[in-house]
Amino acid sequence: MSITNEQVRHIARLARIAMSDDELEQLVPELNNILGWVEQLGEVNTDGVEPLTAVIPNTLRLREDKVTDGDCRDDVLANAPAAEHGFFAVPKVIE
Amino acid sequence: MAGIPLGIKDLFATRGVNTTAGSRILKDFKPRYESTVTANLRKAGAGMLGKLNMDEFAMGSSNETSAYGPVISPWRRNDGGNAALAPGGSSGGSSAAVAAGIAPAATGTDTGGSIRQPAAFTGICGIKPTYGRCSRWGIVSFASSLDQAGPMARTVRDCAIMLEAMAGFDPKDSTSLDLSVPKWETGLSSDLKGKRVGIPKEYRIDGVPADIGALWDRGIEWLRDAGAEIVEISLPHTKYALPTYYIIAPAEASSNLARYDGVRYGLREVPDGGNLDAMYAATRAAGFGAEVRRRIMIGTYVLSAGFYDAYFTKAQKVRTLIKQDFEKAFEQCDLILTPTAPSAAFGLGDKTADPLSMYLNDVFAVPASLAGLPAMSVPGGLDEQGLPLGLHLIGRELDEQGVLNAGLAIEERAGFTAKPARWW
Repeated sequence: MSITNEQVRHIARLARIAMSDDELEQLVPELNNILGWVEQLGEVNTDGVEPLTAVIPNTLRLREDKVTDGDCRDDVLANAPAAEHGFFAVPKVIE
Repeated sequence: MAGIPLGIKDLFATRGVNTTAGSRILKDFKPRYESTVTANLRKAGAGMLGKLNMDEFAMGSSNETSAYGPVISPWRRNDGGNAALAPGGSSGGSSAAVAAGIAPAATGTDTGGSIRQPAAFTGICGIKPTYGRCSRWGIVSFASSLDQAGPMARTVRDCAIMLEAMAGFDPKDSTSLDLSVPKWETGLSSDLKGKRVGIPKEYRIDGVPADIGALWDRGIEWLRDAGAEIVEISLPHTKYALPTYYIIAPAEASSNLARYDGVRYGLREVPDGGNLDAMYAATRAAGFGAEVRRRIMIGTYVLSAGFYDAYFTKAQKVRTLIKQDFEKAFEQCDLILTPTAPSAAFGLGDKTADPLSMYLNDVFAVPASLAGLPAMSVPGGLDEQGLPLGLHLIGRELDEQGVLNAGLAIEERAGFTAKPARWW
């Protein structure tokens, strides 16, 4: 199964990575090379095999339903590229 | 660990100190919090000497994907040339600093060999504990079902001491194991009487230099000399471990790295007049290096509608079979001995043109990662170029003690004292 330029463009869009036509041209054969190689997994008979979900048996813990965090707005915003009035600031979303 | 100055891989969040993960996208990121592992080390009395370079987001096996330039290994070939060699990766700053005597020990992280392969390339020790022993909280995420922290140091004993300080239950990591930390250092014993060591026949692969096969044979003799019984074992799905890893790790990475959106932290790029969506795409294009972009693309593809079952579910099924291979093998043996890597350190630039050839360097390290098992690299000797080679021990889950003990038995017999000649 070979991946096309159009599919790579679609994947780049899903991954939110801007990509020039030149970069795309370069990436297509690289991805095909890697995907062609991983497709050898098709040789393995996995009928009736459960996909692995936890590598070491463990149970998800529930914690007490109480607030354990908070009151740290300035810490949360400290690394923001833009913060205003105690909020993250982003380019205008609504046209 | 009072007063021990440690090097810290730049994947661990350190309060008030830049934490870049080797990426341009986190160039100016100064966490307001401390990772659990580094906090544990500080509690044990250790200090931080500085942060160490690494492959970008720990994606690499040579430390060449770092946005801040490669790390050069302190080791040189004995041919009189000055070729710059890779320190291994992704914990290449850690391995180089310890091998050069700049730091007595350093933290590393291992997703598919990133502690063990650099340790082998630079003639030091490094252990990846059982998945869940060390909290992942505050470690920049790569592939969450595989990422584990561990120590890199000059001796097995130093690794035992440091791992004890790093490990422990942490309610802030939902995959942290709620178990007490064993006294690994006091438990050290190189007497392997009654232990059976498995030698997996599938690890004898073509194209591996003769020096590595010879060292493996010496390792077998050393463990026999320490009292162990040697048994041949089979891990039939070994050849599928790397392709499985290169579906699962990029898939998890594509999900984890979705957080770098230019909103909450890190780089932001806004094209002229660009909207929010254009900002995401421009930020991520400018902030991620080529290897990280490549893995995000692969991960996004294998998780996308129509391909999820064919790639991701299939890989998780093969992962089950790889784990079952180990379970069956451990009915016949207590530990497994292999080489750590299929080559000694290669030159910087030698493998960067072909991503696949770089991936193949982790062929012996990745299966234990997929199975979550404790595994360690210990230096065994030098090859004919005068470069270090490592031996790799894999244990049952939670049997770090068995791994460390066999590592000690090798260390005592290998008598590895070589150090890189100082040129820096």
